[in-house]
Amino acid sequence: MPQFDLRINGRTHQVEGAPEDSLLSVLRYELNLTGSKFGCGEGQCGACTVLVDGLAVRSCVTRIGSVAGRAITTIEAIANGDTLHPVQEAFIEADAFQCGYCTSGMVMATIGLLRTTPNPSDAEIARLMDRNVCRCGTYPRIVKAIKLAVEKNRQAGVRS
Amino acid sequence: MDEHTASSASTAIEPERYELVEPARYRFDLDRRGFLRVLSAMGGGLLVVSTVPVVAQQETGRGGAQGAATDALAGWLHIGPDGRVTVYTGKVEIGQNIRTSLAQTVADELRAPIGVIALVMADTDLTPFDQGTFGSRTTPTMAPQLAHAAATAREMLIDLAAAKWQVPRQSLAAKDGVIADASGRSIAFGELTHGQNLTGVVSSQAPEEPRDRWTVRGEPLHKVNAQEIVTGKHEYPPDVIRPGVLFGKVIRPPALGATVKAVDDSKARAMPGVIVVRDGEFIGVVAPNERAAKAAAAAVAVDWNLPTGLPTSETIFDYLRQTAQPAQGRGGGREAIGADDSNPPAAPTSTRSFDATYRIPYIAHVPLEPRAAVAEWTGDKVTVWTGTQRPFGVRSDVARAFHLAEDRVRVIVPDMGSGYGGKHTVGAATEAARLAKAAGHPVKVVYTRAEEFMWGYFRPAGVITISAGLDASGRLAFWHFDNYNSGGSGLNTPYAVAAKREQFHNADSPLKQGSYRGLAATANHYAREMHMDAIARATGRDAVDFRLAHITDPRLRTVLTTVAQKAGWPNASRPGLGLGIACGTEKGSYIATAAEVSRTPDGFKVERLVAAFECGAIVNPDGLRNQVEGAIVQGLGGALFESIRFADGKILNGTMAQYRVPRFRDVPPLDITLIDRRDLPSAGAGETPIVCVAPAIGSAVRVLGTVDTALPIALKA
Repeated sequence: MPQFDLRINGRTHQVEGAPEDSLLSVLRYELNLTGSKFGCGEGQCGACTVLVDGLAVRSCVTRIGSVAGRAITTIEAIANGDTLHPVQEAFIEADAFQCGYCTSGMVMATIGLLRTTPNPSDAEIARLMDRNVCRCGTYPRIVKAIKLAVEKNRQAGVRS
Repeated sequence: MDEHTASSASTAIEPERYELVEPARYRFDLDRRGFLRVLSAMGGGLLVVSTVPVVAQQETGRGGAQGAATDALAGWLHIGPDGRVTVYTGKVEIGQNIRTSLAQTVADELRAPIGVIALVMADTDLTPFDQGTFGSRTTPTMAPQLAHAAATAREMLIDLAAAKWQVPRQSLAAKDGVIADASGRSIAFGELTHGQNLTGVVSSQAPEEPRDRWTVRGEPLHKVNAQEIVTGKHEYPPDVIRPGVLFGKVIRPPALGATVKAVDDSKARAMPGVIVVRDGEFIGVVAPNERAAKAAAAAVAVDWNLPTGLPTSETIFDYLRQTAQPAQGRGGGREAIGADDSNPPAAPTSTRSFDATYRIPYIAHVPLEPRAAVAEWTGDKVTVWTGTQRPFGVRSDVARAFHLAEDRVRVIVPDMGSGYGGKHTVGAATEAARLAKAAGHPVKVVYTRAEEFMWGYFRPAGVITISAGLDASGRLAFWHFDNYNSGGSGLNTPYAVAAKREQFHNADSPLKQGSYRGLAATANHYAREMHMDAIARATGRDAVDFRLAHITDPRLRTVLTTVAQKAGWPNASRPGLGLGIACGTEKGSYIATAAEVSRTPDGFKVERLVAAFECGAIVNPDGLRNQVEGAIVQGLGGALFESIRFADGKILNGTMAQYRVPRFRDVPPLDITLIDRRDLPSAGAGETPIVCVAPAIGSAVRVLGTVDTALPIALKA
């Protein structure tokens, strides 16, 4: 069986499998990285969102063969020890969740969004976050959290 | 989510009439001596216990389990020598934020910092029996139960300090986790309980804090475990990992009602590390990892007997009418509730009558976390981690499936990825236990999204017919309301009517159906409010004035007039928009909603939603606002696009790509007013705000053109 070098959160894991195997399945069930959630398996809900080379992707429909050797970042590597990432802080401040099952994916999608669109409008948020579902309906709070995160990034930029 | 009445007048729970009604067979294996042993094992301290609470006895009234456990004791609250407070409740955290709001309640009554309070929730071996987390019951019933336990502990601590210092108890007070006297001398709770094994029995005499003296309740605290959630560290049921855990898959029929004709599992059995389990109609596989389990499941060839001639999503409404029976007996026990015998239906002598038939499709809960379970056997005892709103019910299900005593089954529900009424039953628990038993290892089963759609259950489809008439003065003279299959919640009109008949009719459901946030109150409010709007419109009356002329309840009047004023009723915010409004009361709380819609090339768009909500005294204003927003957003789905399509026992749109749920782009600006009534007890709030979304939008769309009397709402071309 072919082997793939998966570079996840700065560490390389050798995984055996077929190239079409789902990245999420490997993360959750073989590497015990359960922060990325299984929601639909269709790339429609975004609960499994991770970053590949800094861009948000749906890990459930990402084939391991397509990401071998690339930098994969999961929710587990976003906080620095006990210090939260500004996006994580913003989600807490805005109470931008209820059950929280979508939150890992929302945080990762937001980090990916702000990388490409540092100051998104409401319309851009609605369009670019469209493949992340919060079934509890906390969308207005997530929008608020994204804007808070923009503000935090701006302040951090001013400081540095 | 929570689904039953919370009116202070009737605390008995009302089961929805289509719900499975089964006796809860339970027992506690700890007597009071047992509790002392447990307490010693905890390192001593103070434990507050009760006989099975009044609440649970009332709740089990539906199942006939009364009396069986009334002598049993249940532990509710423990204070350790380190001052840490552990609270035990069988309720489940499903996103409704009760882990936080109940901690606020305990902190307030105990007068301890919220940070020292931890809740142990929904573990059938550790927490007192609980019927389930539904019916909007946690805040009106569990919160007072825990408040009494905390107040009992507080009074005991004051007694302990009074004895220790030899001073009158009246000179002492509890504050911030210590007992203090007027001079400033203080002793910490933990220090008072140090080296002791104290048990107290929950006393209804222990004075509860009056609502105007709440300090922790009433505050908009963040979720207590917010950090675990945003870092991905919180373990949801599908995340539970046990040593040596294997992965299981169940081979499902392609259609509801299909049965096994023949099975060829030879290929799967030949796969390395794969176990095939056959037990009657049950066929499952276990493999070392998820990918291997999928492959093994795909390798099992089954020939099925398929059902034929079943109703479809097109024929369902006729089918429900044809198979309808007026609800009778258990499960339909409330059938007479709408029939007002003192006012028999009047012959329609009124000047004008209005008739319509409303159609409600099946819709799906689509919790983002699918059904999942991990089962692990130790000897003849099985522990199951799963996501369910009824941990003790699932314990019964598993015990029955394996012919075990209930104490041989432990069900643990980690805070889970929502439910909305959709996780009362979870087959995954029994399935994982069956596979784990065969494998001799713990086994995890996680449903695919397609399995979740097909093998969960739906909010019932229904048909509602209304015939109503006005007298010469323009008042409602009669109101005949018949609900076929949708359910009885919210059946009764809040409007004053001279003669009314309101009836729920059971019917055969071709699909599995069960609870959903708000139950049938959404369907019943949709039909009733659309009908009220139609009558007002047809008679040239203002839709708000027409309602107010028939409302006596001041709480309902308040939410309606508040929303009308906030929405700018009767004028839309700009020309060309349609403005609609609806109101109602359910489970002891009150909601009014207004919607503004615009015309688009392919129909209409919701531009704005305005809501006013009142549920008595507010425990956590931000948590409540979050619930109200969420209920409204969820309501948008059923109002605008959700509908299950089916034929021949198969779900035709059972994927996230095909079954549309609300997304970012679907949410209009929300203007929500929360009315805090500290003078009234708190009612549950997770459900009621959903019920008026559809009729508010439907009546707004009527301004633009003709709407069909069906959900989801469509503007006729």
